[in-house]
Amino acid sequence: MWSVKASVPSLWREAPSRYRLEATECVECGARHYPPREICPRCGSKNLRRVRLPESGKVISFTHVRAPLRGFEYYTPLTLAIIELDDGTRILGQLTDVDPEDVVEGMRVSAVIRIVRVSGETGVVSYALKFRPEMPTGDR
Amino acid sequence: MVRPDRGVGIVGWGVYIPVHRIRAEELARAWGRDWKRFAAGVFVEEKSLPGLDEDTFTIAYEAAKNALRRARIDPKSVRAVYVGTESKPYAVKPTSTMLIEALDLGERSTTGADFEFACKAGTEALEATIGLVGSGMIDYGLVIGADTAQGAPGDPLEYTAASGGAALVIGPVENSIAEIVASHSFVTDTPDFWRRKLVKYPAHTKAFTGVPAYFRHITTAARALMDELGTNPGDYDYAVFHQPNGKFPLRVGKMLGFPKEKILPGLITPKIGNTYSGSSLVGLSAVLDVAKPGQKILVASFGSGAGSDAFHIEVLDGIEEAQALAPRVSDYVNWKRYVDYAIYARNRRMYKMPNDMGAY
Ligand SMILES: [Zn+2]
Repeated sequence: MWSVKASVPSLWREAPSRYRLEATECVECGARHYPPREICPRCGSKNLRRVRLPESGKVISFTHVRAPLRGFEYYTPLTLAIIELDDGTRILGQLTDVDPEDVVEGMRVSAVIRIVRVSGETGVVSYALKFRPEMPTGDR
Repeated sequence: MVRPDRGVGIVGWGVYIPVHRIRAEELARAWGRDWKRFAAGVFVEEKSLPGLDEDTFTIAYEAAKNALRRARIDPKSVRAVYVGTESKPYAVKPTSTMLIEALDLGERSTTGADFEFACKAGTEALEATIGLVGSGMIDYGLVIGADTAQGAPGDPLEYTAASGGAALVIGPVENSIAEIVASHSFVTDTPDFWRRKLVKYPAHTKAFTGVPAYFRHITTAARALMDELGTNPGDYDYAVFHQPNGKFPLRVGKMLGFPKEKILPGLITPKIGNTYSGSSLVGLSAVLDVAKPGQKILVASFGSGAGSDAFHIEVLDGIEEAQALAPRVSDYVNWKRYVDYAIYARNRRMYKMPNDMGAY
């Protein structure tokens, strides 16, 4: 089981990817990895550079978690989804602002920063990008 | 009246309002009140509330992102980030640094702080940023007014205390879509509304909130500004006042001589409630969403405790192009999902949870 308290050093270290979708791109084979990697899992190269992934995409597949890990119960049900971003990179993300019955494959989503969980009354608030349905706009 | 040495203006604006709404009738039902008798007088039909995973930081982030979309500047050139709020996620730990990190602002060579002045913390942050840009110390600053406002269960404030925020990118007038020509602030020590340390909900003195607080401060600040500029209500196309409910802005406008046609375009509270530090800036944003070059706007905020900041703003060329670059206030107002009181209480974290389940 995961620890109830979030690891503050890892939250701090992961801020660029959690807040801004920073990923790594392999200079040798072009593969993009999220979360960022040290070694390209496709070709084994260590020649990687930092890139920011596009903040919109579509849902490829999804699942509703109704018995989440300890420390996440307050947010039940959690909807986790594989999202294909507009550059083709596929990432695992959480959906928000949508009822489970309204989630469909192919739905357009965009990234927004949200609370992931809070570590008790005295701990840190963990934030990360989640994905929500694109907002319909009026005359534009 | 104060005005900057060099011309200062609004380079970009943007808002964020959570999608969740609760109807005033549902709030009344939970506490056995007759909605029509008890709450219809405030003219707020429904109000916004945060999602389970939203707070003032996440609201500020989305408003700021919309403002930066319209500003079309390099985020690295933003050298001041000030968040006005009375619902900081942390009592001690700035919301501004979270925004600087998440939005990759100013290469971290950025001043940042959270401001508190009840409902006028956002315009207080604006005043400070006008000073930094107007003196030439910085070129661009980001100002935010955002809140997830608290009203005690069953209290009259529960019918209006809402969630949302607005952001302005402030910069040199040459790159702006509206010039902030001058401002005037008026403050006194007036105990109309407060919240003590470690207390969850605010207290207020009913007799003090109207005439000696809201109306006195707004009329004094707005009249002083117009007197010194030599303007009168007829010179303005729009007037935006702090909107604690749907009634006060129209009444203060009448006292000052503004017809309701000039107030209604920026009067958003009847549809979403009072977003506290966001309130007058959300109203200003709704006006900027539709304003045309050459039009003049009077804005007067109000914060309990108490004070008002009044601003004279003139719309410039280029605003129409910027209007289309981000969602408008009306887009957020129209995008909504209703919740009942049980879900409202869960999202607002009103339940005492048994142990660590990830809640606040
Ligand atoms: Zn590779």
